[in-house]
Amino acid sequence: MKYPIDLHLNLPLNRKEETREMLRRASELGYRSVGVPFPKRSRQNLANDIRKVCIDQGLDLVTRVDLWPKSAKGLIRDLRQLRRRFELVSVYCRSKSVARQAAKDHRVDLLVFPSINPRQRFFDLAEARLASQGLAALEVEMALLLCHTAFSRVHLISCLRKEVAIARKLGVPVVISSDAQDVHEMRGAIELVSLTTLFDMEKHSAWRAVTDIPMNIVERNRRKLSPNYVAKGIHIIRRGEECGK
Amino acid sequence: MRQMRKRYVALKIDSTQTFDEKRLTNAIWDKVYQLFGEIGASQIALSKINYDKEREILVIRCSHKKLDETIAAIATIMEIDEVHVAFQVIAVSGTLKALRKKLSNRQT
Repeated sequence: MKYPIDLHLNLPLNRKEETREMLRRASELGYRSVGVPFPKRSRQNLANDIRKVCIDQGLDLVTRVDLWPKSAKGLIRDLRQLRRRFELVSVYCRSKSVARQAAKDHRVDLLVFPSINPRQRFFDLAEARLASQGLAALEVEMALLLCHTAFSRVHLISCLRKEVAIARKLGVPVVISSDAQDVHEMRGAIELVSLTTLFDMEKHSAWRAVTDIPMNIVERNRRKLSPNYVAKGIHIIRRGEECGK
Repeated sequence: MRQMRKRYVALKIDSTQTFDEKRLTNAIWDKVYQLFGEIGASQIALSKINYDKEREILVIRCSHKKLDETIAAIATIMEIDEVHVAFQVIAVSGTLKALRKKLSNRQT
C-alpha cells in the first residue's frame, strides 16, 4: 500500500505543544510517516518521547540527522559517529568537495542543496553520476520554494528544473519533502506534487518522490540497522537454540 | 466547438482569522497571476463557486488541464493581509454533484 511520507518535518523539539500540533496536522494532511531531524548529540529519550506523540497521532517516526559539514573530512568523521544512530542521514552540501564526497558515500541517504544561489548548488552531471553509483537521493525541500518570492524564487525554480532533469537523465532518485518549520508551512502530498509542476517534474515521478522512494530508503535503512543484518544480502534468520528447529 | 472540461476543487482554509470570500479569491488570483502571468491565468480559467464561512471551505473551478498549476499557485499562498494562512485541498472532482458527495462522505 502506497502512502505519502514527509521525510523532513522540522519540529520545535523543545516546545511540546507546537510539536504535538505539527504532528496532528501531518496526520490530518494524510501522512502516515514523518522524518524528524534530531540534533547530533540528542539523547535517545527525546526520540522516544516524540515517537510516543507520533503513535498517538497514527504516525510512524523516522529519525533523521542533518549534517552541515565544512569539509569532506568532517563529513566522513560525522558519518562514522552518527550513521548507526539515525535511520536517515542527510547532508547539506555547501561546498563542492562535501557534495562530491556525500554523493559517493554509501552511508548518505539524502543530498540537500540549501542555497538559492545557482553557483552554490553543486548538483551537476558529475555529482549526479556519483550519486547514481551510490545510494544517495536528491532531496527537494519545498519550504525554500514557498518562502522565497520574486527573483529569488525564479532563480530557484530554474535551478530545480535543471537539477531534476539531470537526476532523471542519470537515474538519481528524487525525494520531495516539506521542510516545514511550523504548521503554516506544512502542505499535503497533493500540494507538494502540484508544486513540482513549476519545475517540470513528471507527475508520476513526483508521486513516487513522496511515496515509494522515501519508503524504500526508510525500509532499506531499517533493515540495515536491525540486529539481524550482517552484510549486503546476508541476514540472520535464527539464533541460538532456534537453529535446531 | 467542444466545451472546456472543468475541475471543481474544495479547499479548507487554515488560519487564525476568518476572511471574506472576496479576499480569499483575490489572494488566489494574485498568486496565479504572479506565477503564471496573464496568459497562464487566462488558461487556468479560475472562478469561485461557493464559500462556506462556518466550515471555512472554499470551492473553486478551474480548467482540468491546469489543475496542477492551480493547486501549485494555491499552495504557495502563505499569508493574507500579513496573517498566516494555508489552503488544504480536501477534494477534487469533475462535477459539483460529485464534489458535494465527496465532501459529505468526508464529514461522516
